[in-house]
Amino acid sequence: MAVAASIIGKERSVQARMASPSRFADKAFEWLTLAMALAVVVLIILIGWQLWIGSSVAIRKFGFHFLVTSTWDPVAEKFGALPFIYGTLVSSLIALLIAVPLGIATAAYLTELAPLWIRQPLTSLIEMLAAIPSVILGLWGIFVMIPWLRDYPFPWLKRFFGWTPFFSGPIYGPCMFAGGIIIAVMILPIITSVSREILRSVPDLQREAAYGLGATRWEATRIAVLSYAKKGLFGAVILGLGRALGETMAVTMVIGNTPQIAASLFKPGYTLASVLANEFTEATTDMYLQALFEIGLVLFGITILVNLLAQLLLRTIATTSATRAVQ
Amino acid sequence: MRYPTFARNIVATTLLAGVNITASAQMMINGAGATFPYPIYSKWFDEYAKVDPSVRFNYQSIGSGGGQKQILAQTVDFGASDGPMSDENLAKAPGRILHIPTVAGADVVAYNLPGNPPLKLDGDAIAGIFLGQIKKWNDPKIASLNPGVKLPDQEIIVVHRSDGSGTTYIWTDYLSKISSEWKSKVGTNTSVNWPTGIGGKGNEGVAGQIKQTPGALGYVELIYAVQNKIPYAEVKNASGKFVKPSLESITAALGTADIPDDFRFSITNAPGADAYPICGATWLLVYEQQKDATKGKKLVEFLRWAAKDGEKMARDLQYAPLPDTLQQRVLKRIDEIKM
Repeated sequence: MAVAASIIGKERSVQARMASPSRFADKAFEWLTLAMALAVVVLIILIGWQLWIGSSVAIRKFGFHFLVTSTWDPVAEKFGALPFIYGTLVSSLIALLIAVPLGIATAAYLTELAPLWIRQPLTSLIEMLAAIPSVILGLWGIFVMIPWLRDYPFPWLKRFFGWTPFFSGPIYGPCMFAGGIIIAVMILPIITSVSREILRSVPDLQREAAYGLGATRWEATRIAVLSYAKKGLFGAVILGLGRALGETMAVTMVIGNTPQIAASLFKPGYTLASVLANEFTEATTDMYLQALFEIGLVLFGITILVNLLAQLLLRTIATTSATRAVQ
Repeated sequence: MRYPTFARNIVATTLLAGVNITASAQMMINGAGATFPYPIYSKWFDEYAKVDPSVRFNYQSIGSGGGQKQILAQTVDFGASDGPMSDENLAKAPGRILHIPTVAGADVVAYNLPGNPPLKLDGDAIAGIFLGQIKKWNDPKIASLNPGVKLPDQEIIVVHRSDGSGTTYIWTDYLSKISSEWKSKVGTNTSVNWPTGIGGKGNEGVAGQIKQTPGALGYVELIYAVQNKIPYAEVKNASGKFVKPSLESITAALGTADIPDDFRFSITNAPGADAYPICGATWLLVYEQQKDATKGKKLVEFLRWAAKDGEKMARDLQYAPLPDTLQQRVLKRIDEIKM
C-alpha cells in the first residue's frame, strides 16, 4: 500500500508540473478512458439482456422448474438445468481443490525457496501451460490422461475410498473427476502466476522481521508471507474459479456429457458450458433454442453470483484481518 | 513490327484489366449449414470456380440448425441440413423451400472388444443396448446372432454423440423405426435424452472414446471408423440380410427407399436386399422463387452441375452418390426453381 501511495503521489506532482496547454488532451483522455470503462459495463448488461430476451418464452413456460428439474429431453421439449448446474459447480470445486494448493505452493516455491537461476525458466514453463489451446488439452485428456487415470489412480482410489459414495461404482474413464482434473490443469497457470506476483509484492521487511524473530523458513513463509498476502491469494483463486466455471472445450471432451446428478465422481457428468457448446448449433426448434439461451443465462447468473460472493468474502477477510491488526 | 506489338500489349492490358473488373464484380453466393457434407461442398465450390469463374461461394458450416434458421431468415442464398426440415419450420418460411438431396452417409456400429472379432447385430440388439436393457457383451441376444464368437462377460459401455448432429438424427431415426419402445421413450432428433451411456463430442470424440475404452460400443460415421481402424458390425437389414456398411450399400438404400415427392425422406431401414439400414442423406435448401434473378440463375446452374458432375466426386471423399433414378428426379426439381 505504501508503495502504491507513493506512486500516486508522484503522479500528482507530475500532473501539477505539467502546465495548461495539455489540459484539453487530459480531459479528452479522461473521457476516453471513462467511455472504455463504461463500454465494458454496457457490454455485460447487453449480454444479460440478450440472453433474457432469447430465453423469455422458456422462462415463462418452465419458470422455476427449469432450475430444479433434471430432465433434458429435446424431443419432448422438457428442459431442466439442474444436472448442468450441479456439474458446473462440482467440476469447478474439484478443479479448485486440486489447483489451489498446487498453484499457491508453486508460487511460494518460486518466490521464497527456489534457487534464483531456476525461477524464470520455471515461471515461463508454467505460463506456457496457459497457452495450450483447450481442444489440444481435451484430446490429450481423451488419449493420455483418461486411460492413465482409469488404469492407475482411479482403481487405487476405489480400493481405498470405495466405501465413500464419491469413489464408488464402475470406472468408465470419462467422468466428473476427469473433468475436474482437466479444469485444474487449465486454471493452474493463472492461479500460479497471479499468486506469484502477489507473493513477490510482499515487502522484504516482512520476511526480515520474521527471520529476525528467529522464525524458520517455513514459519517465515507461512506467517510473514502467505498470511500477509491472504487477500491477494484469495483474489487469485477467484480468478481461477471464474475461468473454471466457463471452461468448455476440454471439459466437454472428458466429462462424459451425461446430464445426471450422481454422488460418485467416477460417473459421467455435464456442465452448463458443455451443453451449450454441444447442442447450440443443431438446435432446430424454437423452444429448444430458448432453453439453451436460458442455460446461457443461468451460467451468466452463476458467474456473477460467484463473483459477488467472492467480493463479500474478500471484504470479510479484509475487515477481520484489519481488526486483528488493530488488536 | 514495333507498332503491332505495342497494340497487342495494349489489347492484352485492357483484357487483363477487364478480367480484373469481372473478378472484383464476382457474384458471391452465400450458404450455411451442415458440417457433415462440408468437405465435399468445399470441393464442389473449388471445382465449380473453374467451370464458371464469375461466381464464388461462401459456405459456413455452422450446423444444420443454423442452416435452417438462416434460410428461413433469408440471410443466405441456400441452406444445408442433415435432416429434412419439419412442417413447423417450413410453415415459418416466407416462400416454398425446396429440399435438394446431395449425398449420403452411414452410421456404423463401432466397438472395442478383446481380439476385435467380427460382429453381427440386428435392430433389436442395438435398440436393447442403447435402451440400457442389454448390459453385457455375453447377453444371449448378442450371442445368438454371433455363433462361434467368444463374447466376454463384460459390461457394454455405450458411447453416443453429445453434440447435436445429423449422425445422431440418422441413428435415432433408425432406432425409432426398429423399436416402438425407443420411439415412445426417446424419439428422433439431432440430440436426445439418452437412456444410457457416455457422450463424446463429435465423431472424433466418440471414435476416440471407443478406441480407448475396452468394452465400448457406439456409432460413428463410416469414414471415422475406417480412418481410425475401429471394427464395425454388420447389421441385419429389413429384408433379413446382414450387410456391411459401404458406399455401395448406402447407395443401395437410397435406391430402394420410398422417396416422397418433396424429398423429405428417411432412408433408414430401407427394404432393399443389399441396403445398409442405418444411413441418411444431406440436403441443400433453396427457395423455389428466387428473389434475385441473376443470382438465382447462377445458383440453379451450380445445382445442376453439382447433381451431374459433382456427384462423381463423392466416392473419392467417402460419400455415397445418389442413384441415377433419384438424380433424374433431383434435376427435374432443380428446373422448377423460378426466377
